[in-house]
Amino acid sequence: MIAEAGHYALVLALALALIQSTVPMLGARWGDQALMNVARSTALAQLLFAGASFTALTMLHVTSDFSVVNVFENSHSMKPLLYKITGVWGNHEGSMLLWVLILALFGGLVAAFGNNLPLSLRAHVLAVQGWIAAAFYLFILVTSNPFLRIASPPIEGRDLNPVLQDIGLAVHPPMLYLGYVGFSISFSFAVAALIEGRIDAAWARWVRPWTLVAWIFLTLGIAMGSYWAYYELGWGGWWFWDPVENASLMPWLAGTALLHSAVVMEKRNALKVWTILLSILTFSLSLLGTFLVRSGVLTSVHAFATDPARGVFILLILCLFIGGSLLLYAWRASTLKQGGLFAPISREGALVLNNLFLTTACATVFIGTLYPLALEVVTGDKISVGAPFFNLTFGPLFVPLLAAMPFGPMLAWKRGDLLGAAQRLTAAGIAALIVIAVLWAWTFGGATFAPLAIGLAVFVVAGAVSDLAERVGLFRIPLTIAVARARGLPRATWGTAFAHAGIGIALIGIVCETTWNTEYIGSMKPDHVAKVAGYQLKLDGVTQRQGPNFREMIAQFTVSRDGETLEVMTPSKRDFTTRGSSTTEAALLTRGASQLYVSLGETNAEGAIAVRIYHKPLVLLIWWGPVLMAFGGLLSLSDRRLRVGAPKPAKAARALQPAE
Amino acid sequence: MTLWFVFALMTVAAIFAVLWPLSRNSSAQAGGSEAAVYKDQLAEIDRDVAAGLIGVSEAEAARVEISRRLLAAADSQHNLPARSSLGLRRASAIVALVGLPIAAVTFYLSLGSPQLGDFPLVSRTRTADANQPIDNMVAQVEAHLEKNPTDGRGWTVLAPVLARLGRYDDAVRAYRNAINYAGDSADHRSDLGEALAAAAGGVVTAEAKAEFERAVAQNADGPKANYFLGLAAEQDGRRADAAAIWRGLLAKAPADAPWRPLIEAALARVGDPAAPALSNDAMAAAKDMNEADRGAMIRGMVDRLATRLKQNGDDVEGWLRLMRAYMVMGERDKAASALTEARQAVANDTERLRQLNEGVKNLGLGG
Repeated sequence: MIAEAGHYALVLALALALIQSTVPMLGARWGDQALMNVARSTALAQLLFAGASFTALTMLHVTSDFSVVNVFENSHSMKPLLYKITGVWGNHEGSMLLWVLILALFGGLVAAFGNNLPLSLRAHVLAVQGWIAAAFYLFILVTSNPFLRIASPPIEGRDLNPVLQDIGLAVHPPMLYLGYVGFSISFSFAVAALIEGRIDAAWARWVRPWTLVAWIFLTLGIAMGSYWAYYELGWGGWWFWDPVENASLMPWLAGTALLHSAVVMEKRNALKVWTILLSILTFSLSLLGTFLVRSGVLTSVHAFATDPARGVFILLILCLFIGGSLLLYAWRASTLKQGGLFAPISREGALVLNNLFLTTACATVFIGTLYPLALEVVTGDKISVGAPFFNLTFGPLFVPLLAAMPFGPMLAWKRGDLLGAAQRLTAAGIAALIVIAVLWAWTFGGATFAPLAIGLAVFVVAGAVSDLAERVGLFRIPLTIAVARARGLPRATWGTAFAHAGIGIALIGIVCETTWNTEYIGSMKPDHVAKVAGYQLKLDGVTQRQGPNFREMIAQFTVSRDGETLEVMTPSKRDFTTRGSSTTEAALLTRGASQLYVSLGETNAEGAIAVRIYHKPLVLLIWWGPVLMAFGGLLSLSDRRLRVGAPKPAKAARALQPAE
Repeated sequence: MTLWFVFALMTVAAIFAVLWPLSRNSSAQAGGSEAAVYKDQLAEIDRDVAAGLIGVSEAEAARVEISRRLLAAADSQHNLPARSSLGLRRASAIVALVGLPIAAVTFYLSLGSPQLGDFPLVSRTRTADANQPIDNMVAQVEAHLEKNPTDGRGWTVLAPVLARLGRYDDAVRAYRNAINYAGDSADHRSDLGEALAAAAGGVVTAEAKAEFERAVAQNADGPKANYFLGLAAEQDGRRADAAAIWRGLLAKAPADAPWRPLIEAALARVGDPAAPALSNDAMAAAKDMNEADRGAMIRGMVDRLATRLKQNGDDVEGWLRLMRAYMVMGERDKAASALTEARQAVANDTERLRQLNEGVKNLGLGG
């Protein structure tokens, strides 16, 4: 009964989404409040049914009901409970169900908390959400139904892909989906604005926090996925420019640009057309990501199953929504009222520059990801576009962006003073130069670019710090007053500083890891010692262990440095019998932000075991950076004040510096 | 019955969600307006100035800007009178009351299986009995061995069942474990070899042959191992060797051995001129064959091999055997076209392609 009730709930959710997508539109057209309010109750009911459906599937997975095809194919009765639950979204059907559940969740949140929105705007937004939801419910029910049954159920399931039986999977997909799907809200707002033909202050006031929520989750989701690849795939790589990774990076780049222009729009009533376009692009790229990952066009860990029918269906959805919204944009964008004016050198101008760089960077990733696919379709040639392409295109775009980043927050709204901003960044510039000089002297004859890149990163971090120092008047006024002012500073300002510093910190990690990474690859027998970056790793022995649904070969290494024993590391290799596949569980030893990474390979005939040992200096900064960025976003989100950008008056008053 | 009751309840909830707002006539202007946002922003500026976040002159400039926008917003606010179009409301209510349940139930019935109940694993294992299908029992034994992988007896019991079920790869693993944990024996080795050959679609691979040789090393008279070693020789094209092995086997075999007919038929297949005198009907039939019939029989075998390779082209040894057969029969063109097909079939696998090219060198096919 649980399976069938969950199935029926999904069908009802589809029916409600169809009503939600039509009735409120008619209501808004004819000015009928009751019809417009249907959007609200149906959105909430749709959330209820989508939630019921997802709960049903989770219960089926927990009770190992193998009469459901989805459970049979992706679960095993002996899996630990945690992985039974995460297995719900560890497969195609279940993950699509999570996708629509999150979509329904966002729709429900707009319905529940959208009291201060103009009624017709809310009706339009929820109707657009209804279209997206209906398309995806239909996709799930027709091509990837998680509730299909087997009449004579088998006694045991086929188990989840072992690589996915990991705590990282418990967190990574929901985070990423909250990000992807969260951008559907700004998309719906943009399409609603285009349909209504006007875009006002209430619009901007709503879009910024929703974009911020989606951006925070997407940032964390990408970082999580990258860390998962780092420790689970056993190669110690954290970013491969793999099409699936690019599929999540593209919405992030567009979403970052959207976030910045949404702020300008809220504060200054400017960059309206940018904001609308970026809203459409960001969600379109999220949909494209879903298409790339789910259609089986790409084969990877994420392509659970390949079925042409699914690919064609998602392609249709993609064409309908991206094509439709861009057409609407081309048709209606000119009718939108133009917003405030600003001088080229101003905070607004800096943010336009930021948007240009981010969208161009996004375009290079787009080309690098889709060109090989297009070429294969047209000519049948297989080429792979890898790190060299992205390093040569993405890198040069990000360098000027990062160099310009500290200047942005220093400029005043409407008309800024570049020289003044430069003066205030002198300290940051000097700090960066000192770091470059020291690094050059220290690693003389080594990598040329690495010290420069680290100098840039230091400039970004120091720039964020000097922005804060400038605002609280540090060193200019007594310390106690400065602390008091720092406490009074809006949390949004702190958020900006943290997020910008996060980028610099991640960059330091990336440069250090790629430049000064040392590795040892070889086969070891018990009592052999490997020396990596000043550490001695002695292989004590290899033991076997039985896990709940796997057998495990554990190697034990004693790590010492300068004769002092530090810790015991136990990398292992797990064999999963049901799927007949194995995973490597790398062992990590964290020292500060650096890590020692040991993973095991095959055992050869003489009983020696292949071992890969890496020393990765400051590698953790790569993930601390995004966490810091997400924390900054959270700070900004918690700031409930209205955002008002006070312009610099035309006849500058000498007395006070603009602080906000 | 409860299922339909639950469905009805859910449908009613869905209908209610649509009808509820339609029934309420909210006359009060719900929702915010643009002017409200600007008024809030003006208040925010006052707070910012009070907190010392922005200077007085900036605050003044901001106030001017916002007030200008506020005026514009107030001008353009052509407050739509709250109309109520009864016709549309009625139509929506009918859609919700009639269309929604009909559409939902029709769509569900075309996809769902309302006749199936739940099968949570807990209640199913409890009711397990001797009548349950063999798959379930195998699954239980497998589950047991998953936890106690060193139970050699368990593996010994499981392996032949797996082989009979056609799960050859699993059977190979099970036999290997049986050998590891229950001790090495000629029987286990030859069973393992048989499973390996079955997994390779009947071809006695080098790996399988090695197992049979180990079995023979432990028990020189093992009929299964010897039979398969003969088969391996036959598949390699060494018919005389095959015949010799099988003849030796028959010579030592007791007269009532159940596998005698099999060996005799095999001997007839390789066209052994010195087939033993004591022959059953099949043997007699083979003996009576004339040269043409025998040729047809061989051709049949070659064709079967060719068909199998068309379906599954991974088997490099099979391809080599096929080409060798064509060469022996003097059909050079066919051998050459088989080589082309083989190259296409393994083109994606460099290791296999290398093996193929090595093998072709010895064939004298040239090219």
